[in-house]
Amino acid sequence: MLELKGIHKYYNPGTVNEMCLFRGFDLKIEQGEFLSVVGSNGSGKTSMLNIICGSIPAESGQILMGGKDITKEKEFQRNARIGRVYQNPAMGTCPTMTILENMSLADNKGKIYGLGRGTNKARIEFYREQLKQLNLGLEDKLDVKVGALSGGQRQAMALLMSTMTPIEFLILDEHTAALDPKTAELIMELTDKIVKEKNLTTIMVTHNLRYAVEYGNRLIMMHEGNVILDKKDEEKKQISVEDILTLFNEISIECGN
Amino acid sequence: MSFFITILEQGLIYGILALGVYITYKILDFPDLTVDGSFPLGAAVTAALITRGVNPYLTLPAAFLIGVLAGVCTGLIHVKGKVRDLLSGIIMMTALWSINLYIAGTSNVPLFSQETIFKNDFIESVIPDGMSGYTTLLLILILTVICKVVLDLYLKTKSGFLLRAVGDNPVLVTSLAKDQGNVKILGLAIANGLVSLAGCVFAQEERVFEISSGTGAIVIGLASVIIGTSLFRKVTVLKATTAVLIGSIIYKACVAVALRSFEPQAMKLITAVLFLIILLISMERKKKVNGNA
Repeated sequence: MLELKGIHKYYNPGTVNEMCLFRGFDLKIEQGEFLSVVGSNGSGKTSMLNIICGSIPAESGQILMGGKDITKEKEFQRNARIGRVYQNPAMGTCPTMTILENMSLADNKGKIYGLGRGTNKARIEFYREQLKQLNLGLEDKLDVKVGALSGGQRQAMALLMSTMTPIEFLILDEHTAALDPKTAELIMELTDKIVKEKNLTTIMVTHNLRYAVEYGNRLIMMHEGNVILDKKDEEKKQISVEDILTLFNEISIECGN
Repeated sequence: MSFFITILEQGLIYGILALGVYITYKILDFPDLTVDGSFPLGAAVTAALITRGVNPYLTLPAAFLIGVLAGVCTGLIHVKGKVRDLLSGIIMMTALWSINLYIAGTSNVPLFSQETIFKNDFIESVIPDGMSGYTTLLLILILTVICKVVLDLYLKTKSGFLLRAVGDNPVLVTSLAKDQGNVKILGLAIANGLVSLAGCVFAQEERVFEISSGTGAIVIGLASVIIGTSLFRKVTVLKATTAVLIGSIIYKACVAVALRSFEPQAMKLITAVLFLIILLISMERKKKVNGNA
């Protein structure tokens, strides 16, 4: 379970450009929930993810993970239980290291990075199997540097790497936005498969309304730092892309553009 | 003949320094100016120990460890103090000048009458008379190769993987639930340990500690790394560390050849011009400007 309580977030505090994004923001995500988050630019979707992960601090408020207060934990400490995939495929892999080295690096998460051999030969077969399910032919390119792969291939690897070790939460930050439609589809199917297999509590920010409607069991829409739509399970199944689009338009008219 | 031996000797000693600079400049992407202070730091510790009658072979681990300490300080200033990378190095470099003088006692400590790793009773009894002209070169070669092989092995460990990752993509290291700051400090520690070790060997080869020996050490290190890595970029069988060592020898050879036709006072000018030429040829300048901006 993940809970945000009374989060306040200001940008450029103390200057003329001061902007308040969250004014007492609350959100509760149950264990095993797959939450899709939609909203226009500047609505606070990515800021929310960054506050959860500890990439940016919140001025006040509490973040609870499994009932434990993690507000004071540093980003790298929180990441012990979180896997995160970014919009930019380059963020999840190391370009100058080979596929095998990248997989080995991710496989060791949660353990000590000591003076043992970097790649465990006994695990190579396992890495091959993992890569095989991507259907991208990466299993035969273990010694190729990741920098030589395409964005889609890298993003697929980033997804595999972030979920390879036992984690509880998966944070997806527009992870299909930089990909072509076919690759995006593939990554989305793979995401759903992994989330179900590992029973991960997932938060997915996306601009693709169809993905938001099709995948997951809860959908929220954000606007100016508030949740303006929150549908779960049966209710969520009733929602269509058109419904969300209509809501989008209503907000835009309110804002006068 | 002795001309070539000197080039090889100095090229290999500065090769150890270049291995350190390779870690900071190429792996960590950190322009570390501490090198100008940690090179004479190793020499100062060596002079202080040898003149007090300590076994010269113990100066090697001692110099390495004190270099590690200097690297940790630079790392702490940068990571915990959030001071920019370039400035952290400049602060440590400046501080080390005085620290080196404190350690050595004066700005110039001759070691002509003392035993060194190259000249002692044990070496003289082992090496046959006919080979004595090559003893120093042979020992330097062995030392440099050991440093290179150990570094290669380290870079293949889990800890080495993390070090390579932090320069490449620090976000990934954070994702792996590791503090990227600590990994950077570790890299700076190893790098300056190697640089200080090079200073230790240099002082014993030259048989003198000279406070100004570190001035421009970073330039020599950077030039060696850039020559080596850009010259052998396409030769994939050659490890980057080997390329860096060869780069160091090439650089020393260029300087030596240039100094034959110029006066010694032109030394720094030659160094600067050579470095500029190398940068222009290897097209590294663009990346470097961005890296420091």
